Amino acid sequence: MTQILVPQNIINMADIKNLTRGIIKENPIFVLLLGMCPTLGVTTSGTNGLGMGLATMFVLVLSNCFISVLKNVIPDKVRIPAFIVIIASFVTIVQLLMEAYVPFLYEQLGLYIPLIVVNCIILGRAEAFASKNGLVDSLFDGIGMGLGFTLALTLLGLVRELLGAGTVFGFNLFSIIGVQEPKMMLVFILPPGAFLVLAYLIAIIRKQ
Amino acid sequence: MLTVSPSPHYQTDTNTRKLMCNVLIALIPAFVFSIVVFGVSALISTLTAVISCVFFEFAISKWLFKDEEYSVKDCSAIITGVLLSFNLPNTLPLWMVVIGSLVAIGIAKMSFGGLGCNIFNPALVGRVFLLVSFPADMTTWSKVQDYGTIDGTTGATPLGLIKESIMSGKTLSQIDLPSMQDMFLGNIGGSFGEISVIALVIGGIYLLCTRTITWHIPVSVLGSMFILSGIMFVVNPELNANPLIHICSGGAMLGAIFMATDYSTSPMTSLGKIIFGIGIGVITIIIRKFGAYPEGMSFAILIMNAIVPLINKIKPHRYGAKK
Repeated sequence: MTQILVPQNIINMADIKNLTRGIIKENPIFVLLLGMCPTLGVTTSGTNGLGMGLATMFVLVLSNCFISVLKNVIPDKVRIPAFIVIIASFVTIVQLLMEAYVPFLYEQLGLYIPLIVVNCIILGRAEAFASKNGLVDSLFDGIGMGLGFTLALTLLGLVRELLGAGTVFGFNLFSIIGVQEPKMMLVFILPPGAFLVLAYLIAIIRKQ
Repeated sequence: MLTVSPSPHYQTDTNTRKLMCNVLIALIPAFVFSIVVFGVSALISTLTAVISCVFFEFAISKWLFKDEEYSVKDCSAIITGVLLSFNLPNTLPLWMVVIGSLVAIGIAKMSFGGLGCNIFNPALVGRVFLLVSFPADMTTWSKVQDYGTIDGTTGATPLGLIKESIMSGKTLSQIDLPSMQDMFLGNIGGSFGEISVIALVIGGIYLLCTRTITWHIPVSVLGSMFILSGIMFVVNPELNANPLIHICSGGAMLGAIFMATDYSTSPMTSLGKIIFGIGIGVITIIIRKFGAYPEGMSFAILIMNAIVPLINKIKPHRYGAKK
């Protein structure tokens, strides 16, 4: 009885490790510093960050699964184009789904949705993890990395939105105390604010 | 007597604190002038900026850096506060001044490691942060008509007037610019410390006499601005302002004498300083002429600050070394 349970436990532990690794310890944004383009570009609000994170997570999980299954079929010399074709197919699916079901977010994110194809995290996980590991491991890795990415983008978007517009997910915090149009620091919505907030979040999270 | 120690052999009793106090003394004429013109609001704003700068520097060095030797003692935070306040319009709410101080000390100075490690001029980072964040508040100037009194109207700065009229298709002869005498004395709209050319020049001469700064940066900034705007003026005097207006208006004097000469953000060699100054002058005129903002001094200094590490690669010729 115990002899059967022990290996199962080990596999479970490894899976959980694959899952949690991407969230804090190897967070794609704060630790690996991958995928800076959407990170700096779209996080003008919490909603945008969350939407972008979920879209990327969807592509990441599915592309990780497909690549781990197809890794023995894909010739080594053309693996990058093959990965890109797989990733691009899922990005097209996401793009069409978002256009159909969340048009306001689709308009907000604009060009950044097709740009998920060249997102460093997706290709990075495909190359570094999915092409070397099995389906279950890659699935958990994709979910973990995707969650870490979504978490980071949402956090970044929330901080920028709060400092730059005084709102949280579009809800005006200052309306509680009766201020309808608070004077906030516009610079946080603009590109310099993205760099500043990202730098300080990294500094806080990696503080020893 | 026979001991030979490594260089430097020549020593003076100059230290950071003394140099900073010299700069503070040099800022007194402009400060007094701003109180005379803008009244108590100048005093309150400057005090707010100084107190908050010193407090933020003290707080960060004590609780974040856990530093025993508080860097507040070298007076550099006071200068940051005074310079920041000199760059602000008198109608700015005080909480914005405090935010500007936090950005100047927290982001521009202490994040890089404190005095001497900062790449960008802290006061200017604070000012540009406020300018980008609160564009309307940062460009509302109270008009000064008579010394000692403040009327309620708001008026544009000379550079603002020029920009606005050129944008709306007018020529310069059609607008009513303040006279050269008013601009030289400071009888114009503008930020607290930048309006009076004469007060700033007195401070600059004091700095040169005490050898706190060298002539290279102020002269090359103002000289290149004068030459470039002079060429533009000669080509088309209807669309380009007189070069004297350019060097007497906006933040030109304040920037050239007090901002660009900041030790940790300017080059070390004389040649480097001249290149740095010319860069600032040229970028300022380009922004004034072609940019969206009427004034570009602060942006020009920040852009050139970023290039200082490269300029510092120009090293002087070593004595005795072969060329």
